[in-house]
Amino acid sequence: MTEMPLLSLTIFLPLLGALVILLIKEDENSVNNIKKVALWTSIGVFLLSLLIWLQFDNNNGSYQFEEKFRWFNDFNFSYHIGIDGISLFMVILSTFLTPLCILASWESIKKRVKEYMIAFLFLETVMIGMFSSIDILLFYIFFEAVLIPMYLIIGIWGGARRIYASFKFFLYTLLGSVLMLIAIVAIYRLTDSMSIETLQGNYFTKNIQIYLWLAFFASFAVKIPMWPFHTWLPDAHVEAPTAGSVILAGVLLKMGGYGFIRFSLGMLPEASYYFSPLIMTLSIVAVVYTSLVALAQTDIKKLIAYSSVAHMGLVTIGIFLVNSQGLEGAMIQMISHGVVSGALFLCVGVIYDRMHTRDINFYGGLVNRMPIYATVFMIFMLGSVGLPGTSGFVGEFLVIVGAFQYSSIVVIGAATGIVLSAVYMLFLYKRIIFGVMTNEKLTEILDLDNREKIILIPLAIAVIFIGIFPNIFIEPMRLPIESIISNYESANAK
Amino acid sequence: MLNNLMHILFVPEVSLAILAIACLMYGLFSKNNSFNKSTNFATLSLLFVTVLIFFDFSTNFALFDSFFSNTKFTKFFKILTTSGAAISLIISKSYFIDSKINKFEIPTLLLFSTLGMLLMISSKNLMIMYLAIELQSLSLYVVASIKRNSIESAESGVKYFILGALSSGILLYGFSLVYGFTGHTSFEGIANSLVEIDNLPIGLIFGLVFVLVGLAFKVSAVPFHMWTPDVYEGAPTSITAFFAIVPKLAAIALIFRFCLEPFGKFYFEWTQVIFFLSIASMFLGAIAAIAQKNLKRLLAYSSIGHVGYVLIALVSASDQGLKSASIYMFIYLVMNIAVFSIILSLKKSDVYVEQISSLSGLSKSNPVISASLAIIMLSMAGIPPFIGFFGKLYVFIAAIESQLYILAVLGVLASVISAFYYLRIIKGMYFDEPDDNQTFDFTISSESKVILSILMILITFFILYPSLLTDIVSSISL
Repeated sequence: MTEMPLLSLTIFLPLLGALVILLIKEDENSVNNIKKVALWTSIGVFLLSLLIWLQFDNNNGSYQFEEKFRWFNDFNFSYHIGIDGISLFMVILSTFLTPLCILASWESIKKRVKEYMIAFLFLETVMIGMFSSIDILLFYIFFEAVLIPMYLIIGIWGGARRIYASFKFFLYTLLGSVLMLIAIVAIYRLTDSMSIETLQGNYFTKNIQIYLWLAFFASFAVKIPMWPFHTWLPDAHVEAPTAGSVILAGVLLKMGGYGFIRFSLGMLPEASYYFSPLIMTLSIVAVVYTSLVALAQTDIKKLIAYSSVAHMGLVTIGIFLVNSQGLEGAMIQMISHGVVSGALFLCVGVIYDRMHTRDINFYGGLVNRMPIYATVFMIFMLGSVGLPGTSGFVGEFLVIVGAFQYSSIVVIGAATGIVLSAVYMLFLYKRIIFGVMTNEKLTEILDLDNREKIILIPLAIAVIFIGIFPNIFIEPMRLPIESIISNYESANAK
Repeated sequence: MLNNLMHILFVPEVSLAILAIACLMYGLFSKNNSFNKSTNFATLSLLFVTVLIFFDFSTNFALFDSFFSNTKFTKFFKILTTSGAAISLIISKSYFIDSKINKFEIPTLLLFSTLGMLLMISSKNLMIMYLAIELQSLSLYVVASIKRNSIESAESGVKYFILGALSSGILLYGFSLVYGFTGHTSFEGIANSLVEIDNLPIGLIFGLVFVLVGLAFKVSAVPFHMWTPDVYEGAPTSITAFFAIVPKLAAIALIFRFCLEPFGKFYFEWTQVIFFLSIASMFLGAIAAIAQKNLKRLLAYSSIGHVGYVLIALVSASDQGLKSASIYMFIYLVMNIAVFSIILSLKKSDVYVEQISSLSGLSKSNPVISASLAIIMLSMAGIPPFIGFFGKLYVFIAAIESQLYILAVLGVLASVISAFYYLRIIKGMYFDEPDDNQTFDFTISSESKVILSILMILITFFILYPSLLTDIVSSISL
């Protein structure tokens, strides 16, 4: 291990930035410095993660950039990190969204800028760390530590009902994840191993797998969130500041999907097979039901929040199909949703900053005053709908293709959800952007300024780039996904 | 002979007894500022005894052969007890002076009570055990009501005394039953007399349960916890700090030793009792704390909850359980000292902060203190990456190892409920806008500042090198 510990550097650079900010005394002159430190740190982290991507070897199915240190002397826990094709893009998604979030908070966060930036950088460290942990206990620590900055971000900088939302978010997700702790300790006791890598396989009897699976399910189903465990999400999204919503939708929800792939499929294949009808049912309900709920919303953020639940329903369908199309589709859908929903929340933030309301009926005819905004919003809206050529299409298409091998009922359910998503997104777009501007207050509204363009245009490029070159993203994850599938099939062939 | 005498002086308990009497004399005969002098004296004595325990000069010295045990476990808990007592004296000194209860009897009584605790931790005989418990309790009854002109303080002292006396009675009755059915008062004797027996006679079970009830009073496990919130709230905060930090250690050590040494073979009998105590403490601690408005009361319920977690480790009745409990108690000590060192120095408009609601807006005026308090609260809730998480982790490891899955699941569920009230304190500091123009005043002596900084570093960065503690604990056995 003479090379640079690139991955550790990526994980802990944000924390270093936070430390620097901690030392700056906050006053009127230094607020800008604080913001700049945060921004440049996160950009640096993004560049580091791109460097990792450049050096990433697509033909190596196992973990790369591995680092391992003994951590506890009495137990076999270690600081063991590394990334493979599955976690690579989750890491890049986190590092990509964080600078944009910091930029998006540039003007809208006015109080306690210092604490805000520290919380965001801490959050970034935790997110990257979680996706690159190989040791399960390390994974768990990062998984739970996410709650702290997010709780503060919602609770301090959130909207009117922020306290309720922050408590609900914290306790709901904590309730899920503590059960995982028991499962983790039990796994350690049964196998004496804590490495996600070596535990990939079928080491437990079916009975034990079922219990462990349920414990993991509790945490991931809340996190992703699956219907009927999704009720914290609309509250958290609506009350969080824009950047908080972006990270919540863009990255935190993906922790659930990532966990399902790594733990449920990878370690507990028999139980996954046993429970896959349950997942399919819940997911189809989620896709159809939350789409209908989204249709009825009058709050833009709430609508997008419910659409997130629906899109994540497609992800869980894709994951538990356990074929290569399904899993690749789920992964692409997660990446795409991270970018698209993050961008949609940023778009909401743009008009919210100007008008301070998220009521759909307040708006209308924005295209007359904000042509650039209308264009950018359209790209994301179409990405969410899944128009061919955008990122959303690839994921949805692959999941549907995969679902044909499983059951036609699942296909019908998933397709209904996709159609409904087109309905509510186009309907939303029509109400906000098109039509005649009837509200007098809107006549003075300004189009995107330069800062907002810098935020939204990279996201728009990403949406189209993923849509046109999905193979760049699928290629690195092919081998790890294949090994999960073959493991799953050999476990259930008995 | 002379050599033996020198040895005796270096037995920690003996020297603590001598120092306690010396402290009393020193306070009594010093003309002015007697509180200050005797507190410093007591602190130094405790630190000296800590050193004595650490170097352990009396290992090969047979003193009262079967009355006291000296093992790594007792040594660990004794060091925690004496250092905890010393630190609690340091952090509460200015509070004593400020609230005009600067009587030199306080440090003296606390020394005697600490002596009782040391004897409790290592007692190996029912008689000694009882005497030790009484020594520590009687001293504590007095200090609980030391603020004579305050009704709350007097009430808390009386409540503590009556309930404590009741529990001592129950304990003593249990002892007599145990003695009646085994014919022994020493732990070894009891254990030997039970070697041949496969089922405990019903009378002995009764005795065992009575003793456990008495001990449950001392550790304040539900349903024998009623005195804790009242005493915590009524006593002066500096005394509450001592209550929260030190006596729990001794009582926990004693309950572990009593269960595992004489009755280790019959763990099936007593684990049922402890199982219930543990679940009840965790849930009552978590649920009852939700409604509290007073910070001290809340911490009382929080400590009841923590006792529930330690008892999980006892139910596991294993070596790992013993280690986990040691780790948990160390972490409990660290977190409680940290939280009390903040509460003891935090004033709002010249009144010490006791209500949760009066914490609102603390984060604006004192960002460092509120961040520290927030970290301690998250740590108490067991949220990683802070130290409290590792305590819980080790307890759950012990539970899973003994296949107590139900207990572990209930434990984590209770921890989610308890997270609510810890978060409420953070909410008060960070989310609520200050409702008035009162200002916070945080004055802390430089010694307490050093202690608080060290503890905060430990709480926050323990994750980087957990082996620091686990290596020490890994060699612990009864």
